[in-house]
Amino acid sequence: MTFEAVSYESIPHALISGIAISLLCSVVGLFLVLRKFSLFGDALAHSAFGGVAFGLFIGIYPLWIACGVAILSALGLSKIRQKFDISSDAIVAILLATGLGAGIIFASLADDLDIHDIEEFLFGSATIDTQSVVTILVMAGAILTIIFFTYKKLLYSTFSEEQAKASGISVDKMSYLLITIAGITVIISMQLVGVLLISALFVLPNVSAMLYARSFKQTMILSMSFAMAAVISGIFISYQFDIAQSGCIVLVAAAIFIGSLIAKGSGMVKTAGIQKKTH
Amino acid sequence: MIVDIEKLSVEYSGIKALDDISFGIAEGDFLGIIGSNGAGKSTLFRCMLGLHTQYDGTIKFFGQDIRDSRKYLSKIGFVPQKPVVDRNFPATIREVLSMSQNTSDSKKVDEALQKVWMHELADRRIGDLSVGQQQRVFIAKALVNSPKILVLDEPVTGIDQYNQDLFFQILGELNTKEKISIIWSSHDLDAVERLANKVACLNKTLFFHGISKEFFSDDEMLKKYSETSMQMHMHNH
Repeated sequence: MTFEAVSYESIPHALISGIAISLLCSVVGLFLVLRKFSLFGDALAHSAFGGVAFGLFIGIYPLWIACGVAILSALGLSKIRQKFDISSDAIVAILLATGLGAGIIFASLADDLDIHDIEEFLFGSATIDTQSVVTILVMAGAILTIIFFTYKKLLYSTFSEEQAKASGISVDKMSYLLITIAGITVIISMQLVGVLLISALFVLPNVSAMLYARSFKQTMILSMSFAMAAVISGIFISYQFDIAQSGCIVLVAAAIFIGSLIAKGSGMVKTAGIQKKTH
Repeated sequence: MIVDIEKLSVEYSGIKALDDISFGIAEGDFLGIIGSNGAGKSTLFRCMLGLHTQYDGTIKFFGQDIRDSRKYLSKIGFVPQKPVVDRNFPATIREVLSMSQNTSDSKKVDEALQKVWMHELADRRIGDLSVGQQQRVFIAKALVNSPKILVLDEPVTGIDQYNQDLFFQILGELNTKEKISIIWSSHDLDAVERLANKVACLNKTLFFHGISKEFFSDDEMLKKYSETSMQMHMHNH
């Protein structure tokens, strides 16, 4: 098994794509966290892994197959959830296990499969080529533009489904939009942090930001700052110490979270946001 | 009539929740909808707001069948039974009001907050407020888009007496000064008698709809309400 550290030559590509991905993951992740769907990114990534393995098995560029599989399976399960009273955590577990199971089957069926290809998707890659950087930038720009224009509706349907519906917002359409956006975000982020660590970028910066912020806007700005800090520091730590990039990014994000908890819990920082339990 | 409900019936798994309900609401009405738990008040509201679409009969707002268009919802402000606000949801009161606003006009937000005496708390987190204060915020939220009708589903459940009085005072002012029609469901007969000019009494069927004073001065009607409430209570348990 090979865990890649960033090389000097690949730093610019890793930084540019990393910053775009960090902004995207923190914004999309905030809506997921507030909908109590924190592990949904993880579930999407695992179902995407099934798509990756299928793509490698049939010899088609795996990322686009993964994208289709992740979005369609998430939309399908979301539809099932509307018709049947199945909880969100159960949906996440179904998506996660089925995706991984399918991935293992297809990987085992492919005789000439290079295990390095699978590892890249599982743990992320330190080398992102120019074409991928352009794809990441274009997709991130497109998704952030869509969120900018649907921001109020997405926030309202996240805050209260019932009230949003009663005000004429199509809550189901907003859910489908968020799922699709999350699916694409997962696919383009997989190259940086891999399937297994993707939910860290969705969740950690947002929960850290929620410890400090009073408003939604503050939370979003803080979360984007934390995510960028984690990605940039993670890339440089990976280069400096010759250790795996994805792990470094996630551990820096976790360190920011733990530092925030300590600062808040000890009373060093007194802000609005999630408070320490008093009982 | 700004609202016309004709022969409205709703069934859940073969059990009637509403049976052949017909009544209208005129402009400026303050209608109190009374009935015990399970009488169909929330089901009626869900149908009126387009949250439940599996029903027989017709519901018209401003002369238009709500099945044909959802535009009527922009003229309605809805205050839910109990605000289910996540204590840690990172949004200020101002942000909560802006969510439903079609424009980014902060003046409208300030005006709505002033009407419910919450303007000084505009930058507080919604989760830091008491339930009573949250309900006042939700009235303000409903007012931001200048509604013609306010729909309130048992809005004071679980709220202390001081905040209930404040809440009712605000509703009275909105009805008389702002000319907003109000449709309000409640268990509190005293409050309905004090505030509402019309009453609709539900027991899955509609057994009274008319002038509030007539209902509350009719001992037979009050006795019937009490009996049907008791029946519903026994049925529910």
